[in-house]
Parts: sequence; C-alpha cells; structure tokens
Amino acid sequence: MHATATRRSRSVPFSTRPGIGERLGIPYMDPLLLLATVALAGFSIFTLAEATLHDVPGSPYYYVERQSIYAGLGLLGLFLLTQIDYSRFRELRVGIYTLMFASIGLVFLFGAAARGSRRAFNLPFFNFQPAELGKVLLIIALAGFVIDGARRGSPRQRTARYLLLGFAPAALIFLQPDLGTSLVFGVVTLAVMFLAGVRWSHFLAIAAGIAVMVTAVLVVAPAVGTPVLKGYQEQRLTSFLHPSRDPRDAGYQQKQATIAIGSGEKTGRGDQATQTRLDFVPERTTDFIFAVVGERFGFLGAAFVLSLFALLIWRALRIVTLSKNLYGTLVAGGITAMLMFQVFVNVGMSLGIMPITGIPLPLMSYGGSSVLATFLAIGVLESVHMHARLSQKSRDSY
Amino acid sequence: MSSGFALRVAILGGVALVMFAVIFFRLWYLQVLSGDKYLVEANNNRIREIRVTAPRGQILDRNGHVLVENRTSLALQLNPQKLPGNAGERRAELTRLGHAAGIPLRRMRRDMHDQLKVLASAPVTLQRDVNYDLVYYLQEHQANFPGVAVQRIFVRRYPDGTLGAHLFGNVGEIDSKELKEPRYKGLKPGDQIGQDGVEYTYDRYLRGRDGQTRVQVDSLGRPTPGGQLSAVPPRPGDNLQLSIDSGVQAAGESGLASLGLPGAFVAMDVRNGQVLGLGSNPTFDPSVFTKPITQSQYKQLTSNTTDAPLTDRAIRGLYPTGSTFKPITAMAALTGGVITSATPITDTGGLTVGGITFHNAGGGAYGTLSLPSALQVSDDVFFYTLGLRMNGTLQLQKWAHRLGIGTPTGIDLPGESAGLLPTPAWRNRLYRKHLTDRPWSVGDNINLAVGQGDVQVDPLQLADAYAAIGNGGTLLRPHVGMQVVDTAGRVVQELNPSPRRHIPINPGYRSAILDGLHRAAQSPGGTSYAVFGGFPVPVAGKTGTAQRTGQADQSWYSVLAPYPNPRVVVTVTVERGGFGVDSAAPVAEQILSQYFHAKPHAVGGANGGSQY
Repeated sequence: MHATATRRSRSVPFSTRPGIGERLGIPYMDPLLLLATVALAGFSIFTLAEATLHDVPGSPYYYVERQSIYAGLGLLGLFLLTQIDYSRFRELRVGIYTLMFASIGLVFLFGAAARGSRRAFNLPFFNFQPAELGKVLLIIALAGFVIDGARRGSPRQRTARYLLLGFAPAALIFLQPDLGTSLVFGVVTLAVMFLAGVRWSHFLAIAAGIAVMVTAVLVVAPAVGTPVLKGYQEQRLTSFLHPSRDPRDAGYQQKQATIAIGSGEKTGRGDQATQTRLDFVPERTTDFIFAVVGERFGFLGAAFVLSLFALLIWRALRIVTLSKNLYGTLVAGGITAMLMFQVFVNVGMSLGIMPITGIPLPLMSYGGSSVLATFLAIGVLESVHMHARLSQKSRDSY
Repeated sequence: MSSGFALRVAILGGVALVMFAVIFFRLWYLQVLSGDKYLVEANNNRIREIRVTAPRGQILDRNGHVLVENRTSLALQLNPQKLPGNAGERRAELTRLGHAAGIPLRRMRRDMHDQLKVLASAPVTLQRDVNYDLVYYLQEHQANFPGVAVQRIFVRRYPDGTLGAHLFGNVGEIDSKELKEPRYKGLKPGDQIGQDGVEYTYDRYLRGRDGQTRVQVDSLGRPTPGGQLSAVPPRPGDNLQLSIDSGVQAAGESGLASLGLPGAFVAMDVRNGQVLGLGSNPTFDPSVFTKPITQSQYKQLTSNTTDAPLTDRAIRGLYPTGSTFKPITAMAALTGGVITSATPITDTGGLTVGGITFHNAGGGAYGTLSLPSALQVSDDVFFYTLGLRMNGTLQLQKWAHRLGIGTPTGIDLPGESAGLLPTPAWRNRLYRKHLTDRPWSVGDNINLAVGQGDVQVDPLQLADAYAAIGNGGTLLRPHVGMQVVDTAGRVVQELNPSPRRHIPINPGYRSAILDGLHRAAQSPGGTSYAVFGGFPVPVAGKTGTAQRTGQADQSWYSVLAPYPNPRVVVTVTVERGGFGVDSAAPVAEQILSQYFHAKPHAVGGANGGSQY
C-alpha cells in the first residue's frame, strides 16, 4: 500500500524540467518494437546457449558471450541512433552511399577469403561484413536520392536512376559471391521505389526484365556453355524443388533442416535434438538457426519466434504510415521490406519452401555484422517513430 | 497521404500477412501434422547399426581333434558412399590408398566394380591380412582417407594343413543369387557362407548369428562419445564334429601320396555309415581360399595337367571297377539261382561267345572251380560264365542297382557323382539315337560281370556296396558329419541319417562270398595274399584291375574287416596304379593298420598280441 503510493507520487510529472528519459525521447519510442527486438536477441542467445554448449572445447559459452556482446553493442547503437534526427542522413546521402559502395568494393579486393568468397574484413574482434551494414546504408542513401531527385528528369529516367543506384552494389556483392545479400539489396531497392510511387507500368517492365534475366541465367547461359552462377549456387537455388535427389548436395542440407524442424513436433526434443546437435544440419548457428529452434523447442518455440517477428514487422509497417515526412516513410519501408524478405527467405529455407541463399535470420542468426546492422536498422525505425511522435506533440502543443 | 500511397502500404502489409500465413501453415504441417514421420527420419539418421561378425563354428574329428578353426585377420575395406563426391578427389584418394597398400589403381577399380555389382551398398574388401604398418598409417592419416576402414574379420585356419582338404570346402561371401535361396533365408549381403563340402552342408549350424551394436553417429558417420544405444552380442556358430578319424585320414592320404598317383580312398563303419576317412590325391592346401585366389592358382587346382587336385575322386571320380565288382555278380548269381556256392564251373582259359573269346586277365586257366575259390583267385572265366548265364534276365543289373551301383549314395557332401550302371535299355536307347555303334549284346553283360566295359563307379559307391554285403544287407547312407555341438559342449544335433534300404540277403550266400574274399586276402594263392597274408586281423578283400582306354590299368582294392563280422570297409583306387595288389591294396593295408592300431581293444579274433 505504502509502496504503491510512493510510486504514484513519483510518476506524477510535477517537475517542470523534463526527466532524463524524457530528454532521451524514450517515452516517444515504440515500446513494442523494442520489446520484439530485445526478445528476439535474447531468444537467440538462449538458443545458442542450449545448442552450442559443446561446440568449442574449453569455452562452453563461446557463442553466447560473443552474441551477447554484439547484442549489447547493437542496443547501444540503437539508442544512439534515436538521438539523431534521421532526416540528417538525407543530407549525407552521397557520403553514405560512397561509404557503402567503397566498403563493399574494398572487401571485394582485400577481404578475407572464406569458402571461396570474399565477404568480410578480418577485424581483431570479429569478421566485419560490410554488406550487412551496407543494406541499411543503401536504404538511407537511396531514400535520400529519391526525395532529392523527385523533380528531376522524366519518370522513366528516375526509375532508371534508382535501379542503377540500388543494383550497382547488388551486382558487386553478387560477384563476391554472395547471392543472398545481393538479393536483399535488390529487394530493398525495389521496396523504396515502390513506396516512392514509381509507376506500376515500370514495375511491370522490371518484373519482365527480371524474369528474362532469371531465365537467361538459369536456363540459357548453362545451355550455351557460359554459366553465370557457380555450380553450387545454381544447385542451392533449385534444390528446394527436388529436395532429396542426392544426399551429398545442397538438397540434402535442406532436407536435413526440414527433418530437424519436423522432428521437433509440438514441444521440441530439447537435448535430444540430434539433427542439429550431430551436424546433420549445417550452419546451425547462422543460416539454419531456425532449424535449431524448431527441433529443440518444437512448434511452441518456433511459433513464438515467428510471433515476435510478426510483432516486429507489424510495428515496422505502422511506423511507415506514421512518419512525419516522406523520407522517413521510404527509409522505414525499405527497412521493413528488408526484414520481411530476410525472415521469409531464411525461415522458408529451413522449412524447405525457399532456396538456400545464405541470408541470416535477423537478430537470431549468430554473427556480429548481421546483429549490429539489424539493431541499427531498428534504431533508425525508432528514430522515425520518435520524431513522428515529437513533431505530433509539438503540433499538439501549439 | 494520397490514396495511391495507402494502397502501396496496404500491399506491403498484405504481402507480410500472406508471408506469415504461409510460414505458419508450413510450420504447422511439418511439426504438428507430420512430426512423427520426421522424428523417425531423424532417428534413422543418427542411429547406425554396426554388425559384429559371429565366429564360425569349428570342425572337429571324431576324437575332438580340431581340423578347422578361425583366426582373426584385418581386412582393408572401402565404403564407396563415404568417398568424396568429387571425381578428382575420389581418384586422388584411391591413388594415395593404392600407394600405401600396394594395390594398383586398376585392380582397385575392378574390385569395386565387381563387388558393387553384387551388393551396391556394402563395403568393398580390397585386401585381406593387412599388415599393421598399413593399419597404423591409415589411422594416423584418417582425414586423408574418408571411407577407408580396417575391419576385423574371421578367416578359416587349418591346423593340419592339407589333412582332409576335400571334406571341408571353402567359406565365402554370399552372392546375390544365393541370397534368394530358401536355405539362406534371413541372411544379409556380406554374410559369409560355406561354399562346398561340410561347410556347405552344415552351414546353418556352423554359421552362427551376427551381433549388432546400435551407436549414435554424427553426420560424418563418426560414433559420438557415449553413443552406444544397445548391443546384441554375436552368437558363435556351433561346432561340427565329423566321424572322420584323423589317424585313418592321415594314413590314407599319406599312403596315396607316397604312390604319387591320382587316386582316392574311403574308410567307413559298415554298421552305421560313419565315414572314418575319405580322401583324394593329389590334394591341396585349403587355406588358399581364405584369400582372393589368383587365376593361375585356380588353374593349377583344376587343370588336367596337374591331375586337378581340387577334384574329390572319392565321390566324383568315376571309373570301371574291375574285379572288385565280382562279389556283386556273385550275389546276383546266387540269389537268382544261377549257381549255388558249390556249383562247379570249368575254366579252360577263355569263354567264346558269338565268335569273341573272353580271356582270363592273367592269361592262365584255373580248371574247375566253385564260387569261393573263383573269388580267391579272381577267376575271370567263372564270372564271364555268370555274366553269360544272367544275360537277358537283368538279374545282374538289378542286384548292382540294389547295392547302389550307378546312383549317388546321398553322402553329406555336395557334388557327388551318380556313376553309370549299363543296362540293355540304356545302350539300346543310345543306339537308337545314334550315339553308339551297336545295340546291347551278351558281351556287355559279360564285361559288366567283371566290372569292365561301360560301368562307371566312384570309390564311395563301391565301398557302400561292400558295406551292405558285409553288414548283411543294409545299404547305408554314408556321412562324415557325426554330431553338432554348441560352444558349451552340449550336443545340439546327432547326425544319424537312416539307411537307404534293407536288402534281403541270404546269410548263406553272404558267408560264401565273404569266405571267398577272406581266402583271396589271407589264403595262399589269394590275389592279395602278398599284402594281407600276414595281417593280424582277419579280413575279406578283393582286388580289381580295371582296363581303361588310353591309359594304364586302374588299381582297386576293397576290403571288409574283421572277417567274418566286419566293422569297417576300406576302398582304395589308384589311377594308372596297375594291378590291385600292387598299389591299391597296400594303401588299404595302411589304413586298416591305423584303424586297428588306434583301437587295439576292438581287434577281434586271437590276434591281440600281434605287433599291431
């Protein structure tokens, strides 16, 4: 009784000076978005703790420690970003775009080779993959270019310009080679264009162009003897159509992931999760972490994770509509599309209905670059939300 | 906010909705609707069943002496499914393995091809008796040799070398055709089965049952720590005790070997059909079949130029019997009323029928004889006369058939020959088909009466016929298996096959014939008196000297002992051995010496204090 009274008395804003929370804008953040983000990161750490206890001899918490540090840093970055008015990024678009393009170009030239592709810089603490952060940078810069050039050139020219801006880094990443991330770049480009109001007829033309390209790459090019995709890439892309043809190829991995998830049944197998524990499912801390969740925690756990993602995306979509300006709308829309695409492709891959493309599951997959980039992207979303609320508040007060 | 923009945001939201709906439905389908199916698949993935080979039962002689046992050997095996998928890497690994093990790449590929054709998923055995240097090398460099394993296997060992080689047969991997046979029901590819001899006949006792260990493995098939889930221990095969007496067997083999001529011997208990010794010369080392056999080795074992050591002449060697046939002729003539044991027949040195004169083999003439003395001196004209008198009645053929001539004895060894008993119907049928130049004539019957002409008999058949005369009319089913004993020494199965038939034999006729044979062996003037005259045990034995076209005479001897109530029959034949008394009889004498020496208390009569 006494405690309740005390708490109420403290919560009444008698002071004229705004509190520290107020000054940081915390009341104007979207609490559900933050909740979903932190819960997913936390569940990722929990899953890694359960699944990787024996992975690194001598340090049972190798993955947990690192993922916790990444998430902590990410959360810090998220709060820092909310303190900046995202609209400032619009002015910095050229610099941001250059930084993004240069980092991707440099990793292509000097990055550390791993399994036949150059994707990361070897930093002392972790391997930094510029393309992960690059996704967010592209959205911020591209949205700026869109706003800035909205009156320049014919609609057709504008569409071509956006496509060039988005697909140039996508092509560079494709050459690393990192097919999955380049697809994300393509998708966010199209999403920003879509919300920017690019004509339907242009999208029709783009869709036709993509269809022709896919046909050329998958069917015509191999047929005439100049394959564009590497053998394993093509195999991964098409294997979900014929999952169990050869136990040695990519279809095998996908089948193992599907078996892992299916065998989790309703409540999961816990430590009996042999599919992921005994290496039948590859990349279980990163690309196939959803299979670990599905096998260990069953439908209950997997549905819980998906619900958090649904919450995340619902709040993100809401922010798209709340934004105080078109720039915020485009940035939030790009980020929302990025999250949607990654969740759908990654989870779909584990469920055997999407091709294997090596796209991480946001916040869940182990890895500093991806976790940090996702936290920052959500930081931008929170910034959009916060400034929408703040401007609404200032409008209200007048 | 324009309505166009609202539509676009709505579309984005709609896409998100559809996306989550698809994922949730798929998740529901996988985990809730068909989760149990995937759980089974997951368990199939992680559980590997490892077969633990059961050792095959031993083969012992009648006194418990070990004839065939097991030794462990290390076999180099390749699991094709675990080889690298990439053709170049696979080739590189096989080349490395070839260098390490000293196997040419081409031979390795051929072995893989041949063995995989039979069993597509079984490991391929590249080499047996791998030395330890290679095993250690492979263990140290395991990462370089995925799919290569060294497996402990059981291999047959023959402590007495060539002793009894023809009885055992080899053991080998079951092939795809055999897998379909009912007698191998329940066996799996890769199982070892007996391919010949008693290993084949008594395979189901000797085989045992493989054990099984279920272990948990990771995706590379490596057992995980503490991952043994369950284990069924292997059940070793039962031991097979043969009726063979190693001493008798050795005496027969060394006797034949000392002659250096192809031949065979059989020693059998006339009371129950237990074979005490059965062998063939030349012999071979049965252990050659425990390793992959080379073409030249196989040729050496089967070629006519080496007298085909692999052939068991005791059950597969077919020859005319010569005079050892005469007791059968005598039995037919006595029973058919053609003669009595006292009927005199005069030998003038030859018998002329239809313009052809049949002479005594020795060329002499013995004057007037009755049956016992005709057997004693092996008078040909006497038996020509019986053959002449029985022509057209089929009495001779009927009695020969009753005594088992021309039919397999049914011994528990595979691949026994049937032989041939010539009859008028048989020859006339051939003649109608233009397979021979003439129909049946009286000369054929005369020849048959002395074991010449078309008759074809293997030593075991003749021994069985003598045994039937010796035991008073029981035609036995010879057998080398005596009993099956489990590893704890308990008898699992007695092997007492019932006799083939009982022939009504007049005891008077039997004693008249045995009397003649006894005189032939142990009375002065008898055909084998030179060999058996001083033998401490009374015996009844008959020599035979069969003429064979294109080579020297075949030497035969068949003897029942002790006379007049025999327990054992010994039959010996020697290709190109000349007169029966010269080569076959001495071998039979060595076998009988060993038999009675080994059982001094069993010696009948008044000869207990002899040198034997």
